[in-house]
Parts: sequence; structure tokens; C-alpha cells
Amino acid sequence: MRLPVTVIAGYLGAGKTTLINQLLRNNEGWRLAVLVNEFGELPIDSELIEAQGNGVISISGGCVCCAFGSDLIGALDGIKALDPPVDHVLIEASGVALPGSIIASVGLVDGLRADAVVVLADAEQIRRNATDPYLGDTILRQLAQADIMLLTKSDLVTNEERSRLLDWLRSKAPQARLLPVSHGEVPISAVVGALPVPARGRKPAADAHGQFSSLVLTPGRPIDVRRLAQALADDPGVTRAKGFVLTEAGLVLLHVVGHRYSVEAATGDHSIGVVCIGLKGRLDVARLNRAKSDAEVAARPVFQANRAILPNPE
Amino acid sequence: MHTTIYAAKKIITMNPNQPVVTHVAVRNGRILGAGTLEQLQGWGPGTIDDRFADKFLMPGLIEGHGHSMEGALWQFTYVGWFDRMDPDGKTWPGLKSIDEVVARLKEIEVGMDDPGAPLLGWGLDPIYMDNVRMTRADLDRVSVTRPVGIMHASGHILNVNTRGLELAGLLRQGNDHPGIPLAGDGLPTGELKSPEIMMPAGKHVGMDRAFLAADANGLRNYGRLCVRAGVTTSSDLGQQLNDDLVNLFTDVTNADDFPACLVAFRINFGMSPAELVDYTRSLRERSTERLDLGRIKVIADGSIQGFSARLQWPGYYNGSENGLWYVAPDQLAEIYERALAAGVQVHTHTNGDQATQLAIETLEAALRKHPDFDHRFTLQHCQLASAAQFRKMGRLGMCVNLFANHHYYWGDEHYALTVGPERAERMNACRTALDANVPMTIHSDAPVTPLGPLFTAWAAVNRLTASGRIQGEGERIEVAQALHAITLGAAITMKMDHLIGSIEVGKRADFAILEDDPTAVPASALKDVSVWGTVQGGRVFAAADI
Repeated sequence: MRLPVTVIAGYLGAGKTTLINQLLRNNEGWRLAVLVNEFGELPIDSELIEAQGNGVISISGGCVCCAFGSDLIGALDGIKALDPPVDHVLIEASGVALPGSIIASVGLVDGLRADAVVVLADAEQIRRNATDPYLGDTILRQLAQADIMLLTKSDLVTNEERSRLLDWLRSKAPQARLLPVSHGEVPISAVVGALPVPARGRKPAADAHGQFSSLVLTPGRPIDVRRLAQALADDPGVTRAKGFVLTEAGLVLLHVVGHRYSVEAATGDHSIGVVCIGLKGRLDVARLNRAKSDAEVAARPVFQANRAILPNPE
Repeated sequence: MHTTIYAAKKIITMNPNQPVVTHVAVRNGRILGAGTLEQLQGWGPGTIDDRFADKFLMPGLIEGHGHSMEGALWQFTYVGWFDRMDPDGKTWPGLKSIDEVVARLKEIEVGMDDPGAPLLGWGLDPIYMDNVRMTRADLDRVSVTRPVGIMHASGHILNVNTRGLELAGLLRQGNDHPGIPLAGDGLPTGELKSPEIMMPAGKHVGMDRAFLAADANGLRNYGRLCVRAGVTTSSDLGQQLNDDLVNLFTDVTNADDFPACLVAFRINFGMSPAELVDYTRSLRERSTERLDLGRIKVIADGSIQGFSARLQWPGYYNGSENGLWYVAPDQLAEIYERALAAGVQVHTHTNGDQATQLAIETLEAALRKHPDFDHRFTLQHCQLASAAQFRKMGRLGMCVNLFANHHYYWGDEHYALTVGPERAERMNACRTALDANVPMTIHSDAPVTPLGPLFTAWAAVNRLTASGRIQGEGERIEVAQALHAITLGAAITMKMDHLIGSIEVGKRADFAILEDDPTAVPASALKDVSVWGTVQGGRVFAAADI
């Protein structure tokens, strides 16, 4: 199974560091590797730090944090070689980086899977930054590259303003799943995703903050996995989905994050089932079951084992 | 307290009080005095050394924007369009077709023992070959068993052979990325564009860390190239310095036979602004006679020919989207403020005029908080700056290092494609900078273009493009101004003008030893003045023996 990599982007002050700290503190048993440009402003609680040196901080629970400077690929190679292996990699992009370039690069590295681009937008700053003569076009390009967008500090603006902001963000990033964040409560499951049930003996992360609900689709026969993947990627209610399904060509592992999906051939003994996670009240059970049935009906042996990454044809 | 008095045919001092002398006396690696033999003998007994009696001496040339990577690159095979001299002094003829490129790589290939070892070429520039597109089939003619790659001169494209694609996991259907062009068969052509694509594939064709970072051998080779170019001091403009790297630089440069002084800047990657400034300031006291530390390099934007520089309205001539920021404006502001407060000098790479404007405005705001009457913050490249920007820079006490070589190597591209005729004519506006009282130097950005300040001076004086057009007649400068730029001008931008940059009493005994008089040859022949070698810190280095 390839190691999933999530890129976390957004301008300075959008809350990337806060998010990463929260993920490290509440890792729910995941071993996370966090890659940052520099350690400078990452206040990791000292009691969490087990060891430090050579640009790597070891954090309790098997997590690590590395500063990559200008050598992201080298740092990723280092992460891949860790023993015991980590479950998920988070890359904190610099404030003006275009996350689409970073995730494209990640997708080309053997053994890594481009999981998602998460872009953070600060409710109080984003509109001003987007019209800044120096920054504006960069900010808009970041938004347009998001799979998942977190509107942070959304409790600091009025309801009316928040609603206007969400409309504006939807117009700038129609492809992204948009999640408002209040009081710094970051939906961890949205960032790192659900595990296939019940592979790790854990419940699907549906989740600590009560913001999400989940359901499991369990096809009863081999399916057309691309059809199901596309339907889930097109479903605005689904933030993430993940699980093992049977195709005519064998067992595969399906990942969906926002409008991005990927399928990889899998081996071993896994329960069949796709966990879908979405904002509470937005998961349309009937529609998702229909997607499952359509994929069952459409099944035919089309899966190409050598085509590891199926590009979203959007 | 031994004194050596060198006699020369002519010594150009850069000291306006005695611009030309015949003798220079050296004691303990420093200049005891310049003048007539009789004047210098007043210091007491000394050895008269006549070996330069038929040579022309100048202050040791100073490269204000080079990278020691130029030395490391020669561990790989040069396949560029222009003739280029390696650290051994061998000139590799420029290659004029894909067939010639393949033939040179093949020649190297047959001499390699391990059939799986990677083979890497560098410096390919297809714009001079009617933009021909190299494919993996071309490089398969070099080898099908070993990974073969070629890095383009622009640094923005890597070509690999089939084996290289295979190792990188790219030899498959369904690659969906604008940086991976596909052939009719749905497989990649072998061209990989943009850094995020090149880096994952590059390590398989030999672009390892030695290729990308400093190593001892590369530094030594860079020192040898300096001697051949008449350079006695060079910046190494942007290293991710840490204690290990500083130790490496210290060990290499401390060697008795290391022939140059390196001025190594700490680049703004991998450290927060606070750390960057604190660490760089702490490095200053680790400076030695041949390793000068304690300055910061910030990269603000990308390159013009890569369409990644940040341009003001109306942007790129061919309509390309605006470029990329490599530093967040707020982070630049924090670096400037902290650096001014700590007395640490910052050089900022700004190619596009919007990046230049950001740097100027950010510095002006920072100076209000932390006034500094001699900060000499310098803009590097600063290729597109307008007259108004130079006037502002002059008033703020900024310096500039312009990329004069660009006219020659990419001037025609800039005219036709990137910025269009009007702005191409004003690029690297040396005349305007001097008129606006901005202390100015000019550079090669080696290895982007070859290290060679006399060539760079020629480029600023003549402003010829590779196709032979004069581009920007009004921005041409005089030979004397260009020679000042590659000596004292560069020293001023690095705050080293009390130490180097002219031949006068008290300064380091750094000389460029030339076979011809650069002030007497036609301006069009400045680049052809041959370099015998250097004297650095009183030590004599002949190019022929280096």
C-alpha cells in the first residue's frame, strides 16, 4: 500500500501550524510524519518530544516532524525509509507555495500516494489577501487547487459574513469540499482520512467533534471501481471515502478525497467496504447506495493493473 | 616581515589618486604600497619579482553572484551550445546538434565500468538549435542499460532515456501532468519540465545530493575556475549553511593552496526569519581570511525565461501567467526588520519588476522602524527594474548586482518572447543604475552562465545578444565603469571595499594577472583578454599550474 501524503497550504496566519499541532496531539493512534519548511514556529509541546536531532523531531506515539528546507524529495525518501513505518505524511507548504505543484511532485515518487490538497483560508483575512496587489493571484491559485478547504476562525465573523464568505469561496474553488472551522476545532478525519474498516481494529473516525457522519458501502459483487470512484468524487456530500472492493481484476483499494480519487491494486485479506465521510446532514444515503448499485451493474473487466493512478478526467 | 615588490607592465589600481602604477609591494599577504619602485623601496629592503614584468595587473576580480556548484557540475558531462572551460583548463567545444550531444555522451559512456551507473549531462540549450525537442530515443542511443539524463541550461527541463523513465516509475500510460509531455504511444517523450517533476526523476540519473549541494571536491574545483577567470573573491550566493556545511567550507578554504576567498551567504530556506537572522549573525565570527560569513540571501521570485519571475502590469509579452513568489511578503518584511535590527546584510534575488518593487517598499517600511545609514541591502539580478525603481533604490541606500550576461545568452528570447522589445532594451540597466547613484556590480550567476568577470564586463559594455544585435544602446556603460563594477563595485555591495577591490595600501594583496591591457584593447575584445592567473592574499596562482 502506498503511503498517503497530504499537502496543507494557505497563506501565513491561516492556521496551518495550529492544524498540524492539533493533528500531532490528537493523532488517534496514527503515526504521522509532518514535513515543514522550518521548525521555527512549530511549538510542539515539550512533553511530546522524545528525541531531537539532524532535522528530525521524534514525537510520542510514533510521529515524527522534519524540516525539509529546499529538499522535499530527499525528506520524503527519509520518511519512506522509517521503521516502523508511518501511516500518513503531512507536508506544510510555505505561505506562497502552489500546493498543486507539490502534490504533483509527490505523485511521481515511488511508494507515495497523492492523497489531498488541504487549503486553509482565514475568515478574517482571506478576502483582503485575495485582493492584495502582490499576493492576490497567488491566493486565488491556491484556492483553485484545493481538494478540501478549511475556513478557519469562522467563529470570529458574523453569520452573515460567514455565509457570504462561503459563497465567495465556492465561486473561487468550485471543486473543493468546504469545511468551516470554529474555535480551532479542526476535523482531523477530514485531513487524514478514514481507514478501511476494520483493518486496524478502529472505528471509522466519525468523529470527535460531531461535525461528521459516516456510512459504509458494501458491494455484494465485483464492481466497476472507476464508476464508483467517479460518483463519490462527484458527490458534493462526500468529503472522503476509502476502502477495499472487488473488481473483475481482483482486490483494489479505493481512495476518494474531494474530487480527487485513486485506485491501487491490493493483496491480502481485507474486509470489503468503502467508508464514506461527510458533513453531518450532507451525506445522501440513497444517492450513495445508488452509486454502489450502478457500479455493480456496470462491472466489466476494465481495470488495468499497471495504471496505478487514475487521473480524474474533470 | 618579508617584502616582495612586483614589477608589471601596467598596474590598473582603481585608486583615482594614482590610477596606473608600475610596482606593487606585498608584505604578509597585504599591499604595502603601490607606486614607483623608488617609492616602494622606501619601506626598506624587499625582493624584486619580475615575473609579471610583461603582464597587466588589476585588482583581483570579484564575482558578486556566483555559485560554487559550478565546480561540482564538472563531475558531470558538459553538453552545452557554447565552448566552456573546465577546472582543468580544458575547453569543451560547444555542441551544435542532438547528434553531437549523443556522440559526446556515448564517448563518456564507453569508458564507464558499471553498466548500471547513471550518466548525467548538463548545459543543453535547444533554443540555439531551433528549439528541437530531444526524446528518450535520442538518449537511448547513448545507452539502454544505464539511466542517462541531461539537465538543460535553463535548469527547468530534464531529459531522460527509457531506462531513466523506467527507474523513476514514469514509463507507463496515464501520466497526467503538464510537465510530462506524452508521445503518440501515450508514454512520456522523456522530457520532464519544472522542478517538481525533475527532482523525483533526477536522482535516478545522477542528480544526487553532490549535484545539488556543496562538496569538498566541487569547492576546490570552483577555486580553480576562479584562478582561470582572474577571480580572487567570489560570493557563493545562497547555501543552506549549517554547522556541518560551515565546517566543510572552513576546512576546504583553509588549505594553503585554496586560491580564493569565498563569501558564503545563508539562504532563507529551512529556517524561520528569527533563526535565519540569529544564525547568520552568529556565523560572522567564524569568518576567516578565505571564508567570509554573516550575510543573508533571500529569493523573492523565479526567473524571467522560466516565466516564474513576478512582473508588474502588463506582465509577460507572450501572455504567460504571472510567476511565483518564493518568499511570502510578510516573511520578507520580518527578515528585513530583524536583519536591520541585528546589523546583518541581506541580498535579495528579484528578477521581475514586481518582486523588485516589493523589496523596495518592504525595505523602506523596515528602515522606518530600524534606521540604518549604511545597510547596503542589495538586489540581485534586478533585471527588469525601471528608472523610477533605481532612483528609489538610490535614495534608500540600496545596491544592485545586475545580470549583464543575460543579454548575450537570452537577450533574443527576452526581446521576442518573455518581456518584449521595450523592456528587453532596458533590462539590466547599468547606465540608469549608475546615473541614479546606486552602487553597482554585474554578475555571471555561474553556473547559469560561465564564471568570467571580463566576459561579464564585455556584456555590459557592448550589450550584444547571441544573434549579434545590440540590445539597449542607451544602457551601455564605459569600459572603465565596467572594470570598476567587477572590482570595487562588487566589493562595495558585499561591504568588503575596505579589504578588497582596489590596489592600494593596506588592502589584501589580490591581483588579476592579465596578458593584455583591458583598457587598451577595443571594447569589443574585452572578453578575449587572457588571464595568466591570480595573486590572492599574496600567494601566486598560475592558471597553467592550477
